[in-house]
Amino acid sequence: MAVNQNINQENGQPLKARDFATDQDVRWCPGCGDYSILKQVQSTLATLGRNQHNTVFISGIGCSSRFPYYMETYGMHSIHGRAPAIASGLRVANPNLNVWVITGDGDGLSIGGNHLLHLFRRNFSVNVVLFNNQIYGLTKGQYSPTSEENKRTASSPFGSIDHPVNPIAVALGAEATFVSRSMDRDPKHLKEMLARAEAHKGTAFVEIYQNCNIFNDGAFFSFTEKSSKPETTIFLEHGKPLLFGAENQWGVRLDGFTPRVVNMTDGKWSIDDLWVHDEHDLIKAQILSRFFDDRTQNPEGLPRPFGVFYQTQRPCYEDLLFDQLDTAIKKLGEGDLDALLAGNNTWEIKG
Amino acid sequence: MKSAILEKDDVIIKFAGDSGDGMQLTGGLFTDEAAIAGNDLATFPDYPAEIRAPAGTLAGVSGFQLHFGSRKVYTPGDRFDVLVAMNAAALKTNLNRVRKDGAIIVNSDGFDSKNLRLAKYPEGANPLEDGTLDGYEVIKIQVTKMTREALADSPLSMKEKDRCKNMFVLGFLLWRYNRTLDATIKFLETKFAKKPDILDANVKVLRAGYNFGDTTETFTTRYTVRPATLEPGTYRSIMGNDALILGLIAASKKSGLPLFYGSYPITPASNILHGLSKQKNFGVKTFQAEDEIAAATASIGAAYGGNLAVTGTSGPGLALKGEALGLAVMLELPMVIVNVQRGGPSTGLPTKTEQADLMQALYGRNGESPMPVIAASTPADCFDAAFEACRIALQHMTPVILLSDGYIANGAEPWRFPKAADIPEIKVEFAKAPEGEPFMPYRRDERLVRQWAIPGTPGLVHRVGGLEKEDVTGNVSYDPANHEHMVKTREAKVEKIAAYIPEQKLESGHEEGDLLLLGWGSTYGVCEATAERLREVGYKVAHAHLRYLKPFPRNLGQLLNRYDKVIVPEINNGQLVRILRDKFLLPLIQYNKIQGVPISTEELYEFALQQLK
Repeated sequence: MAVNQNINQENGQPLKARDFATDQDVRWCPGCGDYSILKQVQSTLATLGRNQHNTVFISGIGCSSRFPYYMETYGMHSIHGRAPAIASGLRVANPNLNVWVITGDGDGLSIGGNHLLHLFRRNFSVNVVLFNNQIYGLTKGQYSPTSEENKRTASSPFGSIDHPVNPIAVALGAEATFVSRSMDRDPKHLKEMLARAEAHKGTAFVEIYQNCNIFNDGAFFSFTEKSSKPETTIFLEHGKPLLFGAENQWGVRLDGFTPRVVNMTDGKWSIDDLWVHDEHDLIKAQILSRFFDDRTQNPEGLPRPFGVFYQTQRPCYEDLLFDQLDTAIKKLGEGDLDALLAGNNTWEIKG
Repeated sequence: MKSAILEKDDVIIKFAGDSGDGMQLTGGLFTDEAAIAGNDLATFPDYPAEIRAPAGTLAGVSGFQLHFGSRKVYTPGDRFDVLVAMNAAALKTNLNRVRKDGAIIVNSDGFDSKNLRLAKYPEGANPLEDGTLDGYEVIKIQVTKMTREALADSPLSMKEKDRCKNMFVLGFLLWRYNRTLDATIKFLETKFAKKPDILDANVKVLRAGYNFGDTTETFTTRYTVRPATLEPGTYRSIMGNDALILGLIAASKKSGLPLFYGSYPITPASNILHGLSKQKNFGVKTFQAEDEIAAATASIGAAYGGNLAVTGTSGPGLALKGEALGLAVMLELPMVIVNVQRGGPSTGLPTKTEQADLMQALYGRNGESPMPVIAASTPADCFDAAFEACRIALQHMTPVILLSDGYIANGAEPWRFPKAADIPEIKVEFAKAPEGEPFMPYRRDERLVRQWAIPGTPGLVHRVGGLEKEDVTGNVSYDPANHEHMVKTREAKVEKIAAYIPEQKLESGHEEGDLLLLGWGSTYGVCEATAERLREVGYKVAHAHLRYLKPFPRNLGQLLNRYDKVIVPEINNGQLVRILRDKFLLPLIQYNKIQGVPISTEELYEFALQQLK
């Protein structure tokens, strides 16, 4: 009997978000931003009608990497930084699976930075969700590769002297085909980004600003809290001009290659003067990735962008690999083991 | 004048020249002719780590050693009957291993003042003229000059012409050993099918070399080596890494699982990656990873997805894979890790052989991390060993380390290859959803083996990972008693494999007696040859060779006790011997050579004689 796998087998209803939750106690700290991300991922899978058994979550090590234990799908909580490589092998073994990599700023950009880079350039069809909290949480509060300079932590009592990495710029530099940013405290936007990532064929990268309320509380409050969010952030939409502010009173225009914030209320600029977002423009996406200011600290600065910076289509590694296998079989026929064992040069020894 | 033909039981030839002189090819082609003539043989290539070390220097000498005979040939041999030296440096680096009264064939054009200076001969000295070679049969040939003369009409450039000079030497040797040119010409026709000028030149020079022997009255002696009495059947010549490739593909076919090979280029394992990447019509998926760690973890991903997953490397790479292999132990997924060993530690001696990764294979991971380890003993044996490694991995749901080394990886021997139909099936069953009860990923059968539940299967969704597992359920568990239980269970699971492998047998010799030579890996040939010589002088000596290093065959302890003395020869500082002493509390004798080259029969024989006196 064929079983409809998108149906809850007990109540006959289509799978809901809760059908993607396991019976394990979620062990993140109360108030952690991870809860929101978990909920939105479960909800996204339900909304998109994904089933449990064709979905796989692979993670490395860190707070975020506990994620697979809480998903009622296949999952592997692997070793530090290696989830992208495991996901690559899995996609090659079975290209029909829906594979997600869950990682963090330390896991994905420090110990596993190399693998992330190569996952992006190979363009395996995998969703990479990077929880960026700018801190090592699980090991109790050391600065991470995304921590700001001069940060005082357990391992940097005199202030960190590490210059931070820019995850979006790294993804674009590594030729990722889908690059986006969202935040834990904007569930609607987060869900939209996750759904778009899931719809993308190729490696889809979603950086999520996630609050660690124990070791780095408020790291992103400038961007996530109602009081400052409108003035510090800009939400990118394809084909729309770059406008922000509570009353859309600010715009961004390109002056040559230099982005500038302009006041839309002083009569000097019209909407036609503004930069119109084009998701398919890599050069402009690279400029956007350099919008790295915090306007609560620097009111003249650029807003922090959220949304899809860049998207393009490029063949996936696994598809190219299977094409090569198919071509070889078409050309040479299915491999003949006897012929292979004999090779080109044999001789007989008579008894 | 017709040359006399003398019969020889066996001959050891060393081809030596500049890395650019084509000595590996010359040796390989002569090997093919010997194989086709029905000789038993063993080869040993010896080349510098640099791609093209400066021409003419001592560091740039590349060599190929061939031992062929009408009797059983166990090793590439200790002392050369014939040295082919294409230049002064090749002579200098190899002369000390030429047998007294051996033959030295030199390209005298490779001994000009520049060559002599580069080979660091004192100013004014020339070994061809100063008596250095007295007592040897010296055959001086102006190879470069005669190659150019043979190609006077060829449209090739001088540089291209000079590249053919190895064919002159090959032609001459084929004449000297009373062989035909057929197989070589056939090979050249295939290799240069699209380059008729180059083909024509190579064949011309090959014939010129042959005819030079035939028509020059100086060379009155030819030699013949009759076919060996090998078991009847169809043979081919095979190198270790090639046999290993075939073993993996055979296991893929016989298990019905696609082969995934994740690797990062490293000497001397790279040509496994090269060889497998050609076999796309066998469905072989090769993945050249960004590093050793990714090669191992991508293989874990492929194993998780239900492929026959293999990762290949050499010693330094195995060190990098260590953490990933610990994960594979925890996940209890089938996977094969090939380690073609080379001289260590660190970068060590990349192109030289060593057996010093046994401890690393057994213990080189954090925590209690047991894993079966098996070793290949000869080039052809790499086929069986690779197939067996896959079988154990798939049937016992465990990562398995397969040890080879640079010596057998690049060495060649005749192989009576099997028929596909005679190779046994490897039965594999993926887990299916149980009726009316939840799936328990760490439930085990009587061999303590868990089921292989691959993503995509309805009803089996579950989570795995590197954290300690609760018995049966596989849930994360920090329970103290559970951890100890799981550690013991993983160890017991590997030890239980001993019930599913053959008992240790003797390769040769007496069931009990004075001495047992107990080897593993590439010392097979030297152990067998030494045991035979010791028996010839009257000792009761046997040779046993371990394929299974973890777990040991169940009768091994009992076997060791049947001999007055046991010598364990190894190309390391004594690794297997320590493990055996620890396990069996026996006063085993170690014999070690750590020079990046195989142990010679002469050395082991002398050592064993002393122990027997």
